[in-house]
Amino acid sequence: MSMLRSRPDFFDRLKKVTLPFNDRILETLRAGDLISLSGTLFTGRDQTHRLLFELLDQGKELPVDLKGQLLYYVGPSPARPGRVIGAAGPTTSYRMDVYTPRLLDLGLKATMGKGTRSFEVRESMKKNSAIYLATFGGAGAFLSKCIVEAELIAFPDAGPEALFRFTVKNFPAVVINDVTGRDYYQEIASASSL
Amino acid sequence: MREIKSASITEAVRQMAMEAACDLEPDILEALLKARDRESSTLAGDVLELLLINADIASREKIPVCQDTGVAVVFVSLGQDVRIVGDFMAAIQEGVRLGYDGGYLRKSVCDPITRVNTGTNTPAVIHVDLVEGDRLHISILPKGCGSENMSGLTMLPPSAGLEGVKDYVVDLVVKAGPNPCPPVIVGVGMGGTFEKAALLAKKSLLRPLGQPSYREDVARLEQEILERINGDGRGVHGLGGNNTSLGVHIELFPAHIASLPVAVNIQCHAHRYKEIDL
Repeated sequence: MSMLRSRPDFFDRLKKVTLPFNDRILETLRAGDLISLSGTLFTGRDQTHRLLFELLDQGKELPVDLKGQLLYYVGPSPARPGRVIGAAGPTTSYRMDVYTPRLLDLGLKATMGKGTRSFEVRESMKKNSAIYLATFGGAGAFLSKCIVEAELIAFPDAGPEALFRFTVKNFPAVVINDVTGRDYYQEIASASSL
Repeated sequence: MREIKSASITEAVRQMAMEAACDLEPDILEALLKARDRESSTLAGDVLELLLINADIASREKIPVCQDTGVAVVFVSLGQDVRIVGDFMAAIQEGVRLGYDGGYLRKSVCDPITRVNTGTNTPAVIHVDLVEGDRLHISILPKGCGSENMSGLTMLPPSAGLEGVKDYVVDLVVKAGPNPCPPVIVGVGMGGTFEKAALLAKKSLLRPLGQPSYREDVARLEQEILERINGDGRGVHGLGGNNTSLGVHIELFPAHIASLPVAVNIQCHAHRYKEIDL
């Protein structure tokens, strides 16, 4: 593996973005942009969403205020002693599609995972001026190095599906859906030969 | 009769579970390197580079290549002249439990109805073949479910022929788009029955990546399907380019005269497996 560089060349081209987003930055991001995230975000996946929705349905307060935040779809592997977190790459996002519009209506500004989103989620993003990011599936070891702090916030019994607050530094991602309604995956797919 | 103690089976499985999660095999690293070198898209080339760097970090620092350390799928070839001392199946399950615990691997197995995590990553899915001789061969394939979820099976009429098979496989992989973490490895089981085709598709993933089928006509079919998938242009992580798939493996079994089952098991680029002879 001696021919490997320490990081891909595209790290020099990433647009630096601070979390949580401010609306001005969010509106400048476009589908296909490569960005590098620094700041705080929340995590959640299948069971996390189910548990959040139980609270919402009971009229209870959520353990975190999602307004203006980024929700990262990840179920990390356990941290070895002395480490912040284990592998922490994205999980496939479509499983959260059924939950996403309601969270965007509550003020969530961005979600991050991998793979395509439903029509309903894309419409809800347009309505709420929200965006969707993809990060790099199967790069969980690399991405764990971009997480400098991980704090358990809620649902400890859910194990890897608990809700964490991550502090990230130079965490790479690609903008898939932007506030203008563009979808980068669809643009690639419609340029393809089939 | 050769005796093998169940404790040595547990230990072998424990070791393999831990190593599989962090150390990609040389064939998969080689395939990723080749893909990087022939990649047509700058962005996809960068992502392939990132995946190679990721594999390097994982191996050096013992961080799993991917946080989805999978359901442990275990394939066993058990020689009929081997006598196992102790409980064979329990020994494998115990090895999986210990490996996932000691290796700081994610426990991803839950009750399908309550969704309550078993907390141990067991039960593993175990397939045993009884074979001639006195050897015991164990393979472990920790299977992530981002890719597993994109798999499919169809019962084609024989009249669909090879064109029908190709269309089904290509369409399934292309439609999966970025979801299963391409570049994917496509495992295909053709023939047999409903369950046999699915098992063959999974088993085909154990073949060294890039090694064509021993049957020339099947090897040609593998190549043709691979070219069609990669010609589609969705590419690495759906970000474009000519590397949607690293390889297509097809395994066959004779089918009923009325039937042409085709199963497709999609595997992500983080293709992890280990094997051992005991």
